Amino acid sequence: MNRTDTRRLGEPASLWRMRMVPVASVMIASALPLMLPMVASSPVLPPLGLLFFLCWQLLRIEMWPVWIGLPLGLWDDLFSGAPIGSAIALWTFASIAIQYFSQRIYWRGFFHDWAIAALLVAIIQSLAALIAHPDAHTGKVLGLVAPQIIVSALLVPLFVRLTGMFDNFRLKRR
Amino acid sequence: MVRPAHRRPGQSRKAQTSLFVAYVIAVTGAVAGLLLAILSVADPVGFAALRVASHEVTAPVARGSRSIIGSISGIDDWVSAYVGAGSQNRRLRKELADTRRQLVATSALQEENRQLKALLKLQETDKAAFANGYLLTSTSTSSKRIALLSIGRNLGVASGQPVRGADGLIGRVLSSGPSVSQVLLLTDIDNVVPIRRARDGLPALANGRGNGDLDIRTLNIANNPFKPGDILVTSGTGGLYPPNIPVAIVVRRTADGALARPLADPAQVDAVSVLRAYTPDNIEAQAAPAPAPAP
Repeated sequence: MNRTDTRRLGEPASLWRMRMVPVASVMIASALPLMLPMVASSPVLPPLGLLFFLCWQLLRIEMWPVWIGLPLGLWDDLFSGAPIGSAIALWTFASIAIQYFSQRIYWRGFFHDWAIAALLVAIIQSLAALIAHPDAHTGKVLGLVAPQIIVSALLVPLFVRLTGMFDNFRLKRR
Repeated sequence: MVRPAHRRPGQSRKAQTSLFVAYVIAVTGAVAGLLLAILSVADPVGFAALRVASHEVTAPVARGSRSIIGSISGIDDWVSAYVGAGSQNRRLRKELADTRRQLVATSALQEENRQLKALLKLQETDKAAFANGYLLTSTSTSSKRIALLSIGRNLGVASGQPVRGADGLIGRVLSSGPSVSQVLLLTDIDNVVPIRRARDGLPALANGRGNGDLDIRTLNIANNPFKPGDILVTSGTGGLYPPNIPVAIVVRRTADGALARPLADPAQVDAVSVLRAYTPDNIEAQAAPAPAPAP
């Protein structure tokens, strides 16, 4: 008895794959820095999970509900070392900001996306650092995350491309 | 060009309601998250269990990647020793590191000797190390400097215990899980270590800057006594870190103290040892068995 393949050519990708690829990419990117054998003495890596999170939303605004930052932010907080709750709040505010921008700027182009992502990364990383160190000198804390923000802003186009590749895989027809 | 969003739900009452509910959930959750963050800054230990559980999950991957990449860099080292005067360079560098270590130890011992002459009853706490492990990985995307240590409660590691490498202090244990634990590195902004200058015992505080350096502040601010090259060791004040662990070397003077570089670089240190916390109970517990076998 041989099992016949019931799927047809040109059939859309499975719902499971369409839902899981974006969530899995953000979750893996959040947890990745803690899997590399590297002991950093300053915040050297860009916030990979946050960059994927923003790029997915800039690419597919309607894919996720606006509260998706709550679970994904919690996951990121577990691995980033920031106080638990800061990414929950800041990522959700970022989602709301992207919704707002997408209504204000009707036809967003590549440079709009780049500017929005860079702005949101800068705000989120600065606020997260300020929440984590309430007693420290504000200028010192901001100086600490400034190099990371610049690197992240320059890497946004790369992450947009990567997100686009994942999106093609997500929607690939048979 | 990104396709414009069709968020506007149109006439459908149901769609309007569900969109509204999504926003209510998002805003409520975000505000709750902000409160949670403020709570977890105030009480970092309360939420440590969650984070330790997630680190237990990634630790096997970190162990694997460390063993692979560690061996690759080992090969690299081995080849480079054959090129040119590489082998000689390596040997000299090692000797220099050893000499510096001995110098630190000697100057610390001198100061200790002076104090012991003054207080004859002071106990040596040299055998305070009880477990050895290595640093697997660390947070690298946030402003907190937390490293993952390869041993946990299975070897008796508990929060508050100091961690040191061969060259000097690394940090202290923040929380421990079943098989891994988290170490708050010396360079974290929130880590304050009571220290003294090895040469003359001048008391000071070392405070991390978050970028790999330390801020040194004296307790008496009459004048700035630090000079580049001064070696700083733990003073034992405050009770967490045992005295005479090398901490840092002064790089330059600043307006309110000095800028120092830690003697032990967590990125290059191979093995670390966990010490018993320097509390009255532990000091007495170590002192008590010593006289028992003597008579």
